[in-house]
Parts: sequence; C-alpha cells; structure tokens
Amino acid sequence: MSEPSAPMLEIRDLHARVGGQPVLKGVSLSVRAGEVHAIMGPNGSGKSTLAYVLAGRPGYEVISGSASFEGRDLLALAPEERARAGLFLGFQYPVEIPGVNNAYLLKTALNAARREHGLAELDAFEFLALVRSKTQLMHIDESFLGRGVNEGFSGGEKKRNEILQMLVLEPKLALLDETDSGLDIDALKVVANGVNSLRCAERCIVLVTHYQRLLDHVVPDFVHVLARGRIVRSGDRTLALELERRGYDWLSEQAAA
Amino acid sequence: MSTPELNALVNRGYQHGFVTDIDADTVPPGLDESVVRLISRKKKEPQFLLDWRLRALQHWYTMREPHWAQLHYPAIDYNAISYYSAPKQKGDGPKSLADVDPKLLATYDRLGVPLHERARLAGVAVDAVFDSVSVATTFKEKLSAAGVIFCPFSEAVQKHPALLEQYLGTVVPYTDNFYATLNSAVFTDGSFVYVPPGVRCPMELSTYFRINAANTGQFERTLIIADAGSYVSYLEGCTAPMRDENQLHAAVVELIALDDARIKYSTVQNWYPGDEQGRGGIYNFVTKRGECRGRNSHISWTQVETGSAITWKYPSCILRGENSIGEFYSVALTNNYQQADTGTKMIHIGANTRSTIVSKGISAGHGQNAYRGLVKILPSATGARNFTQCDSLLMGKHCGAHTFPYLEVRNPGATVEHEASTSRISEDQLFYCLQRGIEAEDAVNMIVSGFCRSVFKELPMEFAVEAQNLLAVSLEGAVG
Repeated sequence: MSEPSAPMLEIRDLHARVGGQPVLKGVSLSVRAGEVHAIMGPNGSGKSTLAYVLAGRPGYEVISGSASFEGRDLLALAPEERARAGLFLGFQYPVEIPGVNNAYLLKTALNAARREHGLAELDAFEFLALVRSKTQLMHIDESFLGRGVNEGFSGGEKKRNEILQMLVLEPKLALLDETDSGLDIDALKVVANGVNSLRCAERCIVLVTHYQRLLDHVVPDFVHVLARGRIVRSGDRTLALELERRGYDWLSEQAAA
Repeated sequence: MSTPELNALVNRGYQHGFVTDIDADTVPPGLDESVVRLISRKKKEPQFLLDWRLRALQHWYTMREPHWAQLHYPAIDYNAISYYSAPKQKGDGPKSLADVDPKLLATYDRLGVPLHERARLAGVAVDAVFDSVSVATTFKEKLSAAGVIFCPFSEAVQKHPALLEQYLGTVVPYTDNFYATLNSAVFTDGSFVYVPPGVRCPMELSTYFRINAANTGQFERTLIIADAGSYVSYLEGCTAPMRDENQLHAAVVELIALDDARIKYSTVQNWYPGDEQGRGGIYNFVTKRGECRGRNSHISWTQVETGSAITWKYPSCILRGENSIGEFYSVALTNNYQQADTGTKMIHIGANTRSTIVSKGISAGHGQNAYRGLVKILPSATGARNFTQCDSLLMGKHCGAHTFPYLEVRNPGATVEHEASTSRISEDQLFYCLQRGIEAEDAVNMIVSGFCRSVFKELPMEFAVEAQNLLAVSLEGAVG
C-alpha cells in the first residue's frame, strides 16, 4: 500500500436498525483511496444493511455513530446526493423498471452527476460512444441498452448491467453487494474484470460477499468479517481463505461471547 | 421517500391557466329552440342541418343525464350555460394569419402552438378552434393539391354540404346519448376532414381546441372521412383557462374508414383539471366513435388524458368491414380530485375483425380512475379476436383505480383475451434511481413514463414528447 492518507470512507461505531430491529451494533471501518476491502460474514450478519445504510436507503435507520466520505458527513446527505458525490451501490437484486430504457436511465444518471460537478452534459452520441466501449468490456450485447431496465434480464445479466453502470458512472466509492451471487464462473470473470478495471489510486471499492471465490479474481487489500452487527475480525486476504476452510461459526461464537 | 416530499413533487401549477381578453359575441345562457335557430342562422346553415339540430333538441328534452359512470359531481344546470361564443371580428373573418387578432395568436404562442413557425417547420397543418370559431387554417393549399379537405366544420357546411349530409350522424346518431344529442343540437364548430380514394394525407393534421370565454360550453363536432385506400393521421390537443366554476365540454367526433383506409386519431387532453381542492375544472363529456365501414379498414385511437376535472369518454370502433382493425391506446392520469371514467367499445360485426385495447390508468392524490370497456362480438363476426390489457398505477393512499370490463361474445369462434394489473411505484424502483443520482421527481417521471411506454410509442413523435412533458407537469406532487 501507498503511504497512509486520510481515509476516503470513515465509519465510526455505527448502530442502525431495520424495521425496529437493531442490525448494526457498532461498526467501525476506515477505507483509504486505492484500497479494496472485502466484507464477509454469514447470512443475516448485517452486510447488506451496512451497504444500504451507507447508500441512504429509506427504512434503514441510523441510531448512532457516524460515517464520513471525503470528510463530508455522509449520513446527512440524501441518497441521490451521496450518489452524485461518488458513491455507487451495486445491488444484490437489481430491480426491474419496465418500459424505462436502460440507456436512458444511465444517461440521466451520468448527466445528473456531471451537472453537479459543473461538467457539460453528454449528448446522445457522446454517451453512446462512451457506453459502447464499456459494453464490450462487460461482454454485454448492445441490444441491452435499448431494453427496459433489468426487464426480463437473467440474474447474471442484471449483475453485469450493474457493473456496466458502475463503469460508466466511475464512482469514487463502489459498494458491491453480493455482486458474485448467482454468477457462473465465466460471468464471474467478466464481472471481476470490470471491477478490476476500475481499481486505481483515486477510488476505493468495498466488496460485500458471502463466498471467497470472487476474491480470487478481485484480490482485496483487507478482509473484514461482520458477525451479529459488528466487525469481529480483520485481516488480509489469507483471512478469506481461512474462512473458506473453517466457515464462520468459530467467529460468530467469539462475537457472541 | 416520504409522502409529503412526494406530494410536493406532484403539485406544480397548471401552466395554461390564463384568460385572453377579447370582446366575445356570446348569446345569453339558456337552451331552447330559438338558441338552436340562432346558431344555425349565424352559421348560414342549409335547411337539412337546421332540421337535424331541431330533431336532436326535441330528442334531448326526452333524455336524462346518465349516471352510471364512476363519477361524482354536482348537478349541471344546462340553462346556465351559454351555447354560443365567438371572438368578434371585422367583416367575414380572417383571410390569412395577418388578419387574425394578435391577442389570439399570442394565446396560441403561450400554449406552444405558434401557427406560423411551428406549422411550417413541423409540417403540421393547424386548424385552431378558438371558442366556437376557427380563426386560422394553415396549409390548406398544400392539402387541397393532394385533394384533401381539411377545414373548420362551419366552412364544410358551406362548401361541402353533400359530404356532410351523406356522413354526418352516421356513426354517432343524434339520438345516441345525452351529451352527443346535446352536441347535435348546439354544436358550433370543429374540424372536417375528407381524404379522397387512394390518397395518403401528406402531413399530420392537427387541431388545437381552446375554451376561453367564461360560462360557455364548448361543443365541437369533428367528422373525418377516409375514402377507399386512403390514410390520415389526426392530432388533437386541448387546454383551457383556470376558473373556479366548472365548464362543460361535450364534443362529438365521428370517424369513417372505407375499404382499405386507415385513420389514426391521437389526443393529448390537458383541459384545466381544477385546483388542489377540486374547485373548478372542465367537465369533459365526449363521444368519440369510429366506424371501420370498409373491408380491411383500420382505426386507431390513442389518447393521453391528463386534464379535466371529470373525463367521460370512450373512443370506440365499430368493426363492420371484414378484416377490419380497431385499436385503443390510452393513458389517463388523475391527480388531486380529478375523476376519469374512460375506456372504449369494440363492436365486432364483420368476419375476422381484430381489436386491441391497451389502457394505462395512473391515479395520484385523491384521483379516481376507472377503465370501462366493452368488447362485443356479434354472431356475424366469425374469427374475431380481441386483446385487452388494462394496467393501473397507484401513487399514494387516497386515490383509486377501478376496472369495469364488459364482454359480450355471441360467436363461439371468437378469441378474447384480457389481462389486468394494479401496482404501485415501488420503493425499490425509486431507490434504485435515487442511488444512481437521479432526482426523485425525475425518477418518478421516468418510472411513470416507462409504465406508459406501450401507449406513447403509438403517438406521433412530437406528440410523444409533449405527452411525456405533460405527464411530468400533471404529476407534480403526486407520489406516495
């Protein structure tokens, strides 16, 4: 890693509840620019909740603690402001929006961010040129762009579409929620390729995943284990391999203790 | 997203609510034979038309206002309405755009219908109906070179009385229903189109109706005849000023398609819908019907209904000719206290006739939206087919969607399919868009437009854009 700098994402003692139930019970995490962090953990440990809380999903209520992004109070921003500030959430289950053109949504999103940053909006031709290069990288047929958002897409197509959007939007902080789930090995490689192409010194990536196989392709700098709403263990990528061998139970028991 | 925020989004003001200050030639309120005679005299109508109006009036006296629709409104006093209002003009009326009162033209500009520019650039011929009198008709010459007649109804009365006598009231007879009968007695103007055999109309025809004078009803009558093998696409847009009282609009549109002819009729209706409390707004009681009279004829209705306090209309097709096709594509949006009871009737008479119905109802605020449709297959309609799809989208907790599909199948060989759905804009869809950095308002518009896409794609290009914008304006404040 490069020399230490101020973290891009700084989460301190974050507590949050969903539907009245406490799910996050004091999560702290620092992610610096250029780093890739993996957050692993058993089902129900709060991984997706953490991603949603950071993205500002309604119904995911912060009780206490803080989260800052490039020095700004992330939790004070509306979800769309967080997005335009450079936070991207790759959804575990991308929703279908029938009749809304895939390319149109993406162009609207891109131009919303460009407006915010004082850049000229892209017209249809400029946008198409940009998005074409990314569809090739993601092995996505161009006809995808003309279809409804995720409408009738297979599980794998939806995930690839998420990464396509990420490549076009070029976020500073990418949160990828179980992007590997439901992918066959070829699709996994394509998705990993897409993620790796975004790795750079100005950007950080947080991978939320249940299995370590994605981490064979996107090698993380740090691995954290979330159990019962807390990070119970942090390490380098060998931790992921250990989890692969031993499962999560031994850590969950430690957390309960 | 919270309900108050969503409400704030939906409630942008009505943007066409200004009144043009022009001396109007308006008859006092009330309806009797003398009013009908006066209208007919002002229009210099031939005897057959006056007789027809008078028969309609006599019949109307025997009728009762219908109340079967899913609509609630105070009783209308038909004697409090003025049945004729025309801007005062020097002489016989404008010879060209230069003769048109500049205030009128300014009004159209504000509505986005600059007659000079838009008409020429867009290749759209506009027959603008200001209250009861058509003030300008463009592109008449180019059309007449193709043999197409496109003129104000009152002009057709003078120039083409034989065509009128042959076709008027043959699809919507003067006895048809309360509002159509009233219209038959007192209609003042409208559009007339005749496309001769084998002619493809060289441009989209468009009429921009506008109600201006207070306390007047507007009763246009439109008649479109597509002769054998011809094609015409007709666009209709409507707006009206903001007023506290309700205004009645009872139009009649008749379409006739002969052998192998096709008529495409598109409407974007944005009459004043009333305010947030439901005060004021247009009562839109309209009878629209087309007859596929010839073999292989084809009539499509596409409507985007975002305005009016009350909408009561059922653009319908009588499929008489063998292999004829009827289509109905509709988006109806009700916000605040608007009510819509709309749908279609597809009457299959000829063999192998086909019909398609796609209805998209959007309800927000306290809006009530009903789809009412009849598919009737007569014993003669061997091999007839219908497909109906009827979807409702709800926004908020106080609105309603209702579906009343009627099926009458009297030929066992017919195929009839019906699909229906009711949904809400999901939090998931909204959050997905927000997470991509899209403003909530834009996200809602995008999702609603997506919902309406299968209808919008039936609209001519410029109309599709206008419809989408109109939807956005009408939805301000309406999500929850």
